[in-house]
Amino acid sequence: MGAVVGTLAMQSRQRRPSREFETHQTRQHFSSLQRSNFDKLDDDFEPSVVCHRPEALEQLEAQTNFNKKELQVLYRGFKNECPSGVVSEETFKQIYSQFFPHGDSSTYAHYLFNSFDSTHNGSIKFEDFVTALSILLRGSTIEKLQWTFNLYDINGDGYINKEEMTDIVKAIYDMMGRFTYPALKTDTTKQHVDAFFQKMDKNRDGVVTLDEFILSCQEDANIMRSLQLFENVI
Amino acid sequence: MAAGVATWLPFARAAAVGWLPLAKKSMPKPPVDKKSRNDEILFVNVSGLRFQTWKNTLDRYPDTLLGSSEKEFFFNEDTQEYFFDRDPEMFRHILNFYRTGKLHYPRQECIQAFDEELAFYGIVPDIIGDCCMEEYRDRKKENQERLAEDTEAEMATDAPLPPHSTRRERLWRAFENPHTSTMALVFYYVTGFFIAVSVIANVVETVPCRPLKGSKKELPCGEKYSLAFFCMDTACVLIFTFEYLMRLFAAPSRCKFMRSVMSVIDVVAIMPYYIGLVMPENEDVSGAFVTLRVFRVFRIFKFSRHSQGLRILGYTLKSCASELGFLLFSLTMAIIIFATVMFYAEKGTKGTNFSSIPASFWYTIVTMTTLGYGDMVPTTIAGKIFGSICSLSGVLVIALPVPVIVSNFSRIYHQNQRADKMRAQQKVRLARIRLAKKGTTNAFLQYKEDGGFQDRDSNGTLCLKNRSSFEHQHHHLLHCLEKTTNHDFTDELTYSEMCMTESVGYRTSRSTSISSQQGMTTSCCPRRSKRRAIRLANSTVSVSRGSVQELDTLHVQKHSPEPQSRSSLNARTEDLKLNCDDRDFTAAIISIPTPPANTPDESLPPSPAIPGILRNSRATAYTHETVKISSL
Repeated sequence: MGAVVGTLAMQSRQRRPSREFETHQTRQHFSSLQRSNFDKLDDDFEPSVVCHRPEALEQLEAQTNFNKKELQVLYRGFKNECPSGVVSEETFKQIYSQFFPHGDSSTYAHYLFNSFDSTHNGSIKFEDFVTALSILLRGSTIEKLQWTFNLYDINGDGYINKEEMTDIVKAIYDMMGRFTYPALKTDTTKQHVDAFFQKMDKNRDGVVTLDEFILSCQEDANIMRSLQLFENVI
Repeated sequence: MAAGVATWLPFARAAAVGWLPLAKKSMPKPPVDKKSRNDEILFVNVSGLRFQTWKNTLDRYPDTLLGSSEKEFFFNEDTQEYFFDRDPEMFRHILNFYRTGKLHYPRQECIQAFDEELAFYGIVPDIIGDCCMEEYRDRKKENQERLAEDTEAEMATDAPLPPHSTRRERLWRAFENPHTSTMALVFYYVTGFFIAVSVIANVVETVPCRPLKGSKKELPCGEKYSLAFFCMDTACVLIFTFEYLMRLFAAPSRCKFMRSVMSVIDVVAIMPYYIGLVMPENEDVSGAFVTLRVFRVFRIFKFSRHSQGLRILGYTLKSCASELGFLLFSLTMAIIIFATVMFYAEKGTKGTNFSSIPASFWYTIVTMTTLGYGDMVPTTIAGKIFGSICSLSGVLVIALPVPVIVSNFSRIYHQNQRADKMRAQQKVRLARIRLAKKGTTNAFLQYKEDGGFQDRDSNGTLCLKNRSSFEHQHHHLLHCLEKTTNHDFTDELTYSEMCMTESVGYRTSRSTSISSQQGMTTSCCPRRSKRRAIRLANSTVSVSRGSVQELDTLHVQKHSPEPQSRSSLNARTEDLKLNCDDRDFTAAIISIPTPPANTPDESLPPSPAIPGILRNSRATAYTHETVKISSL
């Protein structure tokens, strides 16, 4: 009896040995589809459905300091990475973490993402991307410093206070990771922030405004020199 | 780093502006990018199929062929494109890798072909995307297993004896692979016959024979013809004991052998006889002795050495141990449950068979396996209900692990079949290879005989047969090798004849003339005088065809001293073992692999491309290389 059942089962099994794989895979695929359908109806569909197209090449050329060829190269790279035309914060953090494998770059990437995302809708479009790059690489010193100020000013109120600065500095030190020389001490961040405020906060009111920031930076020759370094990145 | 990351690098670097105000020290100088950043379209021609891509796309992976300067080697100035003489279909996937950053494995392609393409283009297979990784890994493992199986099978069974095997090793080999020598085969069949005889005798001796004259009681044949049966048993046991002792002697590792299953079976099969001899004809002890006789039936397991099917069955059961264990466990659980239930259900009935729970075990087993002898039946309604549930569940519990066992058996059986097929194909392939190899060597020797080398200066060489330029170059190569090693190529007949001549002792007159020649091939084979020697010795020479005998001859050759007038190379021939490897001869940069010096059943002495010196016993490796040379 058992033998009969066994051989019957065996036969049915043998009939699809090669297709076993495919059926298995299709089953997996199907189940994942179902899952995505039922669980993440709204979340998953949106990015894949939304496909953003940038403005025309001429417009971008007018708005930024790049020429046509450079924009083409930039866009091709961008589109390759993000076929849908937008970069989500998750993707952004992932990409950034690949550049800094030693430490945790997610916090800094978060701040960076926010500074790029001009419309604050959680995704960077190509225009944002290219505008920011245009400032950073081809902009004037004032524009660069303005951009940096916006980066530091997390809540966008026009003032950098100590907490914001501490967050930024901590995020930067996080990217270094644990194994540094000399070893990171507990008050390294605080010291760094204090030094920054010492330099930047002219009227000692505990916050740094845009003008104070720009003024202080212009006084520092080191910073001025460094700002020119990144011109030829593209 | 992934491809796309390279795209974002300029962006990340630009974002570094954000660190500047905070920087404690000044920034380092950026690297100067000398090469032009202009993006251009590259043309890649793969066997006629033209692909076009941006240069940047290829630059994404600088450690591959296409991403590095290595592709410049393939640049065709005339057509201004990169030309690769590879599979265009596969190239599609390779290029898609550059474009998308994900490598996909095309399922319809051969796994080895794909691997080779990846190796050519310098792509590590580890980056295959998750979607295809599982399939790739599985196919690769399957392929490797199959190859390992084949080489293992080939080497294990048909691997020739190393020439210096002791009697013990030879004996062991004869036992393990009976088809290698006739003696072993004979022994194999004899033992098989005796196993059958012994088993049949065991069976027949219990059959009732006609009673002795003068008595009414029917006797089993074993008691009627007790002497005859005893003699037969003795003979069988003697043979088995002899075989066991020989195996024990020949086994490379006696402890391991003694622990192996077959040896245990052997011992169990012959022990009862000896115990019976030793034990006295005591009434109380003879009961135990009779039980021992049961073990004689284990002799039937000795057949597993003779039958592959039995072995497969054994392997299957071993490999399904966990499924069998599960089956047993679940059955036990079910039996206990149902036996308890049936016992309590039938407890009230008068004169019931279900006297205790263990007694109900029998009922449960018989019912669950749907045997249903009917010696125990429930009579109460509850008992009948539970009995039917019991039989239904039995079907399920037993049917579950059985397909697994069956599929395991099928898999192992097919593997074995495939191994046999492979072996047969291998023989054919080796024969073909040998033929091809002989062809090339013969061509070379023919060329030499026609005086190709010597008459180079004169102008009579044009009458030589037409040879392709490949042949020219190949022959030149072989000639260089000869010059390098100061030894010459001969053909097998000459060589073996020379060896026979030497061993027979024709050395005296020959050897002086032989040894005075420059460049002896081996310890026994001269170069130029080979023709002379052939004519003298050909009638007496019969090249022994048995591999063992051949090796014996060569073995003898090794020891024959050849001292006079040798070049430094030849002086080392005494130290030459037949398995010496190339390291001793630094001059032999080019090592032409000999044909598998130890071909399986073919007992031809190896065609002596480089007799004795560069002969290697690494048969399988050189089979592979030999193929390549002949297909150059």
